[in-house]
Amino acid sequence: MADQVLFELKSVSKHFQVKNAGVLKAVNGVSLTIYKGETLGLVGESGCGKTTLGHTMVKLYKNDGGMITYKGRDIWDFNRRQNMNYHKNVQIIYQDPYASLNPLHVVRQSIAEGLEIHKLYKGKKRTERVMELLRMVGLNQEHANRFPHEFSGGQRQRIGIARALAVEPEIIICDEPVSALDVSIQAQIVNLIMRLQREIGLSYLFITHDLSLVKQISDRIAVMYLGAIVELAPAQSLYEHHYHPYTSALLSAIPIPDPEVEKKRKRIMLSGDVPNPINLGGGCSFRSRCPKAAKRCELECPQLKEITPGHFAACHFAE
Amino acid sequence: MQTLLKVENLTVSFFTQAGEVQAVRGVDFDIRQKETIAIVGESGCGKTVTVQTVMGLLSNPGRVKDGRILFRGEDLAKASRERLHALQGNEMSMIFQDPLTYLNPTMRVGRQIAEAYLQHNKATRDEAAARVLEIMRLVSFPSPERNMRAYPFQLSGGMRQRIMVAMALVCNPVVLFADEPTTALDVTIQAQIIELMNSLKSKIDTAIVLITHDMGVVANMAQRVYVMYAGRIVEHGAAQDVFENPRHPYTWGLLYSIPRLDAPGKGAMEFIPGTPPDLLCPPEGCAFAPRCKHAMNICAVRQPPKYTFGRAEHCAACWLYSEEAKKTYADVIEKRGNANG
Repeated sequence: MADQVLFELKSVSKHFQVKNAGVLKAVNGVSLTIYKGETLGLVGESGCGKTTLGHTMVKLYKNDGGMITYKGRDIWDFNRRQNMNYHKNVQIIYQDPYASLNPLHVVRQSIAEGLEIHKLYKGKKRTERVMELLRMVGLNQEHANRFPHEFSGGQRQRIGIARALAVEPEIIICDEPVSALDVSIQAQIVNLIMRLQREIGLSYLFITHDLSLVKQISDRIAVMYLGAIVELAPAQSLYEHHYHPYTSALLSAIPIPDPEVEKKRKRIMLSGDVPNPINLGGGCSFRSRCPKAAKRCELECPQLKEITPGHFAACHFAE
Repeated sequence: MQTLLKVENLTVSFFTQAGEVQAVRGVDFDIRQKETIAIVGESGCGKTVTVQTVMGLLSNPGRVKDGRILFRGEDLAKASRERLHALQGNEMSMIFQDPLTYLNPTMRVGRQIAEAYLQHNKATRDEAAARVLEIMRLVSFPSPERNMRAYPFQLSGGMRQRIMVAMALVCNPVVLFADEPTTALDVTIQAQIIELMNSLKSKIDTAIVLITHDMGVVANMAQRVYVMYAGRIVEHGAAQDVFENPRHPYTWGLLYSIPRLDAPGKGAMEFIPGTPPDLLCPPEGCAFAPRCKHAMNICAVRQPPKYTFGRAEHCAACWLYSEEAKKTYADVIEKRGNANG
């Protein structure tokens, strides 16, 4: 892992005013660093704010609090040219590629759109670049003149990736890129994403709810619950020791496809559901489901602290 | 054990404008009293159509072309609509992936459960209410008296799925079909529903047919597994046999291409190349052959027969196990067919 820092998030918050209900703190004080060339996995259940965080990083939302810097500069301080450059360097891939491709554009147009906007590769070179991109993601030239509806889900996701790659980004934010795909296709796309990282040295923020998947591809993993990072650690370290009770429960909830292993596993059952995120009080947001919850958790919100080198957890009882 | 339901050579096609989509192409399976079986496969493999047909829910332009559905000796493929209505929700019931779509948004959940009960039972309102409370307690609602007065939107995803389970079980069905019951749920909630369904097994006699694409869920629930691909069962057997000694190359692909929590860290994953075939014109031979690493010439032209292994109930339809191929491919079979190796 190179030590160059790409993204630095310092207690970033994004709050939404919900009509007649109160404030929804979708992202609440998140601090993260993403280094060049690494894959940071961001894991959490639905509604935990992982997508909002990704959207804030590509400037689809403006964070209400905290600061996001890209290569040392606040992303909201850019001038027009720098801003264009930022949008070129930070790309995003979505869960449902069909919803993010223009149905009236053939694939060639969709992929070339970014090149046009950023004025990269003129004329014949541009067509060559599109063909090269198609090859890179495992499609061929004949696909260039087809419409999105003519492709299968896996192929559409390949197009989504080609589109993101077109402008030679430095980091791609992958928002659940394989969750909508069948298992046999999932592995194809994950391998493609990993191969591209090796070949062109991309960095990824890989957002997913699937803890076993994120293990396959991440260098470091951040676990998110109700808007906050509850644990952050190098991938291997997280699976060997987990200090936050939510991480433990999440890991134990994932079924392993082997009846023999399953029989021997002990499962930590979480009671209840994720509480309503609107108007959450103070204290630890996990306390209503936590087996370890105590008086202190109600009064004081635990901060991320370093338990072992590089391994952080936000729990009063972590040590 | 007594066989409750036996499906033989079930063949279902959809007659669309584009042509005949052969969704189910000769499926056999059976389910015995009190057991849980799983039908595993990817989207479009025909698993949902199979159980919809069994439940009598197949709608236009789908038609049963061939086969028998023997439910306690009665052929449901030939049963009248009235007879099917009497069975649906009563002796056979079903839960679906997305509970919100199947619940009436303007009706309190307690009343919806009662409605299912009153459809098949003569009871007074008080009796029905008592039954609703009883069944809601069975599916572990913390305070059923209060929860039964809630509207679906007031409940969380996990609670809604519990309502679906309660509705399905309120008439004490003989068979419960669960079509991807946990797919739309978060993992911690999925674990709760799996736990619930497993604990129900000790309290009621209902047999469960689980339809899913998630081998992890199968490992947690099913005693027997049917693996389905392109409208056919390619392998079936006791869960232990299928997981420990999978035989069909598609099962290998399914098992080895899913990321596992207990696998070593970062690294490339195994994958199945290509995509499933178009069932408008399914391939002549083995449907999996175009994606199979071990495909031989014969695979493309002739449908493989079923081969049986060890214990009588473990079968796979693959040419690798024919006498001629067995020797040449002995090492492949040895290596791939041992999940722990």
